[in-house]
Amino acid sequence: MAGTGSRQALHQSVLAYRGSRYLWVALALCLGAIVAYAWHSPGVPPNGGTWLGYTLGTVGAVLILWLMSFGIRKRSYASRAGTVQGWLSAHVYLGLALLVVVTLHAGFQLGWNVHTLAYVLTCIVVASGVFGVFVYVRYPQFLSDNRGSQTKAQLLADLADLDSRSLRVAAGMPPEFAEALRANRDRTLIGGTALALLAARDRSQIMLPLAVNTAGAVAFRQVANPDQAALLDYLGQRLAASGDGGLSRQLQELLSLAGARRTVLARLRRDAQLKAWLEIWLYVHVPLSFGLLAALLAHVLAVFIYW
Amino acid sequence: MTGPHYRIAIVGSGPGGLSAAAHAAELGVDHILLESGPAHAGTIQRYQKGKHVMAEPGALPLRSDLPFAAGTRESILQAWHAGLGQRRVNVRYGAEVTGIGGESPSFTIRLKDGGSVTASNVILAIGVQGNPRKLGVPGEDLPCVQYTLDDPDEYRDETIVVVGAGDAAIENAVALARHNRVLIVNRSDEFNRVKEGNLNLVTKAIEDKRLECAYKSATTRIERSPDGQRYVFVLAGDQGESRVECDRIIARIGARPPRKFVESCGIRFPGPDPAALPTLTSRYESSVPGLFVIGALGGYPLIKQAMNQGYEAVEYALGRSIEPADQPLLAAKFASLPFGLGVDETLALMQARIPVFSAINPLNFRELVLGSQVLTPVAGEVIFRKNDYTNSFFTILAGSVELEVGEERRSRLSLGAGQFFGEMSLLSGRRRSATTWAGSGCVLIESPRREINKLISSVDGVRRVIDEHFIARAIQTSFAPDASLEELKKVAAGARLRRYKPDEVVFAEGDEADSLHLIRSGSVAVARDLGGREVVTSYVAAGNYVGEMGLVSRTARSATVRATVATETISLDAAAFHELLGRNPSLRDQVQGTVRRRLAENTRMAGQPRSGDLISFLMDQGLGEATDVLLIDETLCIGCDNCEKACAETHDGTSRLDREAGPTFAHIHVPTSCRHCEDPHCMTDCPPDAIGRAPNGEVYIRDNCIGCGNCERNCPYGVIQMAATAPEKPGLFSWLLFGAGPGPGEVPHEPANDAGQGPKKAVKCDMCRDLSGGPACVRACPTGAAIRIGPERFVELIHEATR
Repeated sequence: MAGTGSRQALHQSVLAYRGSRYLWVALALCLGAIVAYAWHSPGVPPNGGTWLGYTLGTVGAVLILWLMSFGIRKRSYASRAGTVQGWLSAHVYLGLALLVVVTLHAGFQLGWNVHTLAYVLTCIVVASGVFGVFVYVRYPQFLSDNRGSQTKAQLLADLADLDSRSLRVAAGMPPEFAEALRANRDRTLIGGTALALLAARDRSQIMLPLAVNTAGAVAFRQVANPDQAALLDYLGQRLAASGDGGLSRQLQELLSLAGARRTVLARLRRDAQLKAWLEIWLYVHVPLSFGLLAALLAHVLAVFIYW
Repeated sequence: MTGPHYRIAIVGSGPGGLSAAAHAAELGVDHILLESGPAHAGTIQRYQKGKHVMAEPGALPLRSDLPFAAGTRESILQAWHAGLGQRRVNVRYGAEVTGIGGESPSFTIRLKDGGSVTASNVILAIGVQGNPRKLGVPGEDLPCVQYTLDDPDEYRDETIVVVGAGDAAIENAVALARHNRVLIVNRSDEFNRVKEGNLNLVTKAIEDKRLECAYKSATTRIERSPDGQRYVFVLAGDQGESRVECDRIIARIGARPPRKFVESCGIRFPGPDPAALPTLTSRYESSVPGLFVIGALGGYPLIKQAMNQGYEAVEYALGRSIEPADQPLLAAKFASLPFGLGVDETLALMQARIPVFSAINPLNFRELVLGSQVLTPVAGEVIFRKNDYTNSFFTILAGSVELEVGEERRSRLSLGAGQFFGEMSLLSGRRRSATTWAGSGCVLIESPRREINKLISSVDGVRRVIDEHFIARAIQTSFAPDASLEELKKVAAGARLRRYKPDEVVFAEGDEADSLHLIRSGSVAVARDLGGREVVTSYVAAGNYVGEMGLVSRTARSATVRATVATETISLDAAAFHELLGRNPSLRDQVQGTVRRRLAENTRMAGQPRSGDLISFLMDQGLGEATDVLLIDETLCIGCDNCEKACAETHDGTSRLDREAGPTFAHIHVPTSCRHCEDPHCMTDCPPDAIGRAPNGEVYIRDNCIGCGNCERNCPYGVIQMAATAPEKPGLFSWLLFGAGPGPGEVPHEPANDAGQGPKKAVKCDMCRDLSGGPACVRACPTGAAIRIGPERFVELIHEATR
């Protein structure tokens, strides 16, 4: 389809939305604020109490209210007011511009008071938002590459399938294998704590027949099994020690199934990790936005009542 | 030995048969109702428990001595049962009819048990489901043998034998195996001719030892076990006979379609097409005088229609005249007509004036008109616009119609009374190819696609005339806008209609170029052999042509063309094509322009082998028949599911798309979501004709859906679900400020039990036709990952995705 160069790309990122039109709006706003700030000479150190200070403060407050209304727009599913992508693009660029506007509004004056609290909250909210933009732009491709063409449900089904196939192989082997595999299945973890999830740390365990009890029978001991290493190690040792052809074949089969299991688990863990990073920043961004709203209210009231 | 004689015998106790018997009883006419099963209305008995049965079409009044209104399966069956008792209907259950012989007034009805009855008139109301095939072995009638399974979870800890290797047998066996020991008996040594999903399901269940399977085994007999509590299923296999003690035997070995039986009664069909309906008079009388056919077998799939016909058929059998129940509906339709004629006269006038309808029997024609609209547009009014997606068929009863044809050079032509138009979109499922305007004194009949398709499959004359017209008009649109249809019909005579299955080769690279193919429906993929590997270079949609290169340059085929979906083409041989070229000098330039454009495109695509892979992938997902598809760019998708939430929130609480499901290639993800097929599979068998297509292309389901689930089963892409409307949610601010749930985008509260739910109806994507802003899924995507595009933008997408 030659000659469609002027047409919009079918898929555009939030940052490139409509030729980054909101980037230009935000830059214009910042430039206007900076020029006014440079030009303005109130006779006192720049602060929120001058006419420019009030103007910038009003712009900042309106921006905050508008930025927060993104949450409402996102949930107004039948809304005809622009697309959510357009809103998000504007939210990102105008959110960044807010930082410039409120800094100039404050006239670089900070202190231990409610006014500075509002400023600090603004900075944290914007910073978390910047992080959010980073993960939103960067991580989807990782997610897609990691999952291939499979869904999480399919990966979980693969895992269940590998487990049942392993157990079928183990059914024809000495009983400790089935027991170890069952223990492995039940003690495999994905995530666990928030930190383990974000770091994709594998805290899985396994019960292996590593000891002999006083009666001379095998005894199971719980050991860490990150990346199925303990299981693979154990199966490898048994294979090396095995003199029985039939048992060796079964052990080889178990080894290849355990290897496949490790791959599936690694993909599931990576999937959970990426999804966690895609969400974790919202736990800062959204509550602190509401905190900011409260601080903003306090700031405005304080200014008008105690001025 | 001949049994007793009755005035009227009714075969089949579905809604039609029951209503007929009830009316005969009410009139005090000597009658018998013969039912092969153990209870009345077998098809409805097999509905799942508590299923809500609807009473469409709403406008049609009920005319029956039995009650019927929308309600649960149980309440309807109960009301009929009570009605049968009150009216003292003479019904005989377990009476399977094996043949009907003789003629009026002395038909002989032979029964499976060897007995027979005679009757002056017979009303055949056996439906189209057919009787389930029985095991045909001793013991097949023991109480442990059943031919249906309502609810697999009803049985626990039993040993159950499932006989059969089809989809139904597999689905039953696998579902039962959850709580029971199940043996599936397969005559063959593998499961073939089943859906791929079911094949995987059964192979895996057998591999996992959750299900036992006896291959190459046949049922020998069924006995009671020695203790009399259980049964013994005896089967013969490779290793001889074996015995399985069991509690239950479920035989799913198919059903015999009723046509053979109907023909054996002497009733004629108009053609061999399996969809053809028996030839009937306007009084439901078949080609055998005195033998009446009503209900689904006669082409009337809805309960109310069948009940009305049962009542009327009894009246007709008694030689009385009665106005059909739909008479007022037709009268209302005809009220605006300027002829001042009654209903029957108007119908006769229509058939006399419009040649394409003249061969249809009056009953089918009446049904066609009932489903159609009679329009009286004022002169100059647009009837449809070029590129609209509607697919109805128009016939001109009076006045004239103007239309504009041709792609590059346009010419207007006029159609007069008796002619028809709109067959292009009807047959190809593509957009309208021309705009049409009403002339003066215009009276039109607009018939929905389903009604016309029914005619095309039943009446050869209609099919022939429409096909001829279609070919001539397709040639006119693509190649000869100045030529008249009459002239082109000569060229069209050398043209052939060809049908291809998905993946079938239309022509292969290196073949002699002997014809050009105009794609009438479906689409094709063009591929070239590059160093031993077949690389797809382009995709050509319906309405375009392929194969022109070889004809113009008189060389062998330069590429292989394959159907991506079920496809129909009109093939023009070289002679006809060159005649067209000679007739129209500018056509040569136009075709050469196409050749140049395609050569350039092919070279470009051959340099990007990944593009070919992506086209193949998209075609494998059935996008070759899509008109508008949701695609997700996985490099942008954060998996927030806002698309699904937006869909559910704007559509009664049920999302019509599943974002995560579906395959991905080159980061282009095809979610489970409606593609608005050009020839929608879902429309194939909708009893109330509730699936429509709007001018913009969206395929949507109207409120008169009866919830039968046919469309859900017919959709190959799994995008239709049966769902009830979710309860209203609290507003955004009462959720935000007061915690009233569920909030926006959250799953609605499930009603405590099924009884609290409304009836389940089919739901699917309607492209948010009621929202002026466009599809909510796309508008709600925060990152721009979700887009909806039509096939005309696939090439652009492919370039973008493989850049």
